[in-house]
Amino acid sequence: MGLRTPLYARHVELGARIVDFGGWDMPVNYGSQIEEHHAVRRDAGMFDVSHMCVVDLKGPRVRGFLRYLLANDVARLQAPGKALYSCMLREDAGILDDLIVYFMTESWFRMVVNAGTRDKDLAWIRKHAAAFDIEVTERKDLAMIALQGPNARAKAATQIGAGHRAAALALGAFVGAECGDLFIARTGYTGEDGWEVMVPATRAVAMWNSWSEAGIKPCGLGARDTLRLEAGMNLYGSDMNESTHPLESGLGWTIAWEPAERDFIGRAALEKTRAQGSARKLVGLLLEERGVLRSHQKVVSASGEGEVTSGTFSPTLERSVGLARVPARTGAEVQVDIRGKLLAARVVKPPFVRNGRPLVS
Amino acid sequence: MSNIPKDLRYTKSHEWVRTLANGTVEIGISDHAQHALGDLVFVEVPEAGRVVAAGDGCAVVESVKAASDVYSPVSGAVTEGNGALADAPELVNQDPYGDGWLMRLRPQSAADLAGLMDADAYSKHLESEAS
Repeated sequence: MGLRTPLYARHVELGARIVDFGGWDMPVNYGSQIEEHHAVRRDAGMFDVSHMCVVDLKGPRVRGFLRYLLANDVARLQAPGKALYSCMLREDAGILDDLIVYFMTESWFRMVVNAGTRDKDLAWIRKHAAAFDIEVTERKDLAMIALQGPNARAKAATQIGAGHRAAALALGAFVGAECGDLFIARTGYTGEDGWEVMVPATRAVAMWNSWSEAGIKPCGLGARDTLRLEAGMNLYGSDMNESTHPLESGLGWTIAWEPAERDFIGRAALEKTRAQGSARKLVGLLLEERGVLRSHQKVVSASGEGEVTSGTFSPTLERSVGLARVPARTGAEVQVDIRGKLLAARVVKPPFVRNGRPLVS
Repeated sequence: MSNIPKDLRYTKSHEWVRTLANGTVEIGISDHAQHALGDLVFVEVPEAGRVVAAGDGCAVVESVKAASDVYSPVSGAVTEGNGALADAPELVNQDPYGDGWLMRLRPQSAADLAGLMDADAYSKHLESEAS
């Protein structure tokens, strides 16, 4: 038996197919994964993401601590509730994790890190936090539900306290706010509008049920993966890990190089790679023939070999898409070794789909 | 509980076999198998004329999750692959024992068929896999 979220029993009641996901017993689908995918692109779906780890960081020097800990710069967070996506790097610039950090108050920031990296992340954060006198608290008392899709916010808002509704609906992109005992943020991992809501674990089932009655379809991690891949978003452990750095992971945009005097963990190693030029890059692939791209398939090009890091059948495009790490000089046409056959694929710039619309053809 | 028609024979790897009037057999994957795979998005079936041995990988069914080989339950020569699946792989999910058949072949020996499980034995096999 794996770890279970407060919603586990509810998933089983709903007939979910349960799989192991990084040590957690999680729903992969409740029936048709493709229908769940379309529900999010066209209407509204919800995911139990309570396996992810919410960490509160408190202390007067917390901003300075995070400017040192993270490759993106929390100095960019000036309005309360504003969120930032960042990598957390090792000294050699290998990616320890990718995460979202929220600016709550000048002495309180909140981070959400991946489930599979929870223990090593907490150990790393605590090790570096000591010098800054930061109180590090894992919020095991919170569950998290992602409500995603063009109609998700409107449907979800009907089920929260009337006094908070207007404020919640007014949240801008990548901004969160405390609404009673909920923390609502306009963030997500699907390429659609929506919220990610932190809920007291004791109320998780009640909120899930009320959102379900409001017409939001329960969706499993299977659809979450096809949605995030269509949206061109990386998955930690597949598209990047400790042995890859941000510049070869499509994450150069998350590095705050300025101000040049800000020292962050991994900066020196990353500056060196940047000066030399990264030998590899992460690209999007669109398979031109029948078949499905899968992680670890070999990519063959005139510039050398690479590897598919994530691949799937895209329900929106009705063809296979993927991400691949390839030599930096790789051009527009490659081949992928799929079960012993070399099939043609085109290199494209992700995302593949955003806000319900295909961006490639 | 998955659907296990009484008139078919089954393998441990979840293929089914139906004997047709002309002596050929029709082969597909069981309801249990299609459910476990999830939504199919790509199916590769063999060409007519291909000779397969029992236990050979003869088709590929690929779902949103993963690609899986389908093994021929018997030895013989393929007479037809189900061409409809190229554009409609979901037929395997919707009708695994009907329109979702994968291939037909002429068995080399009737003895191969006798070695397959009947519906009761397959049902017990599923129970044992689940426990």
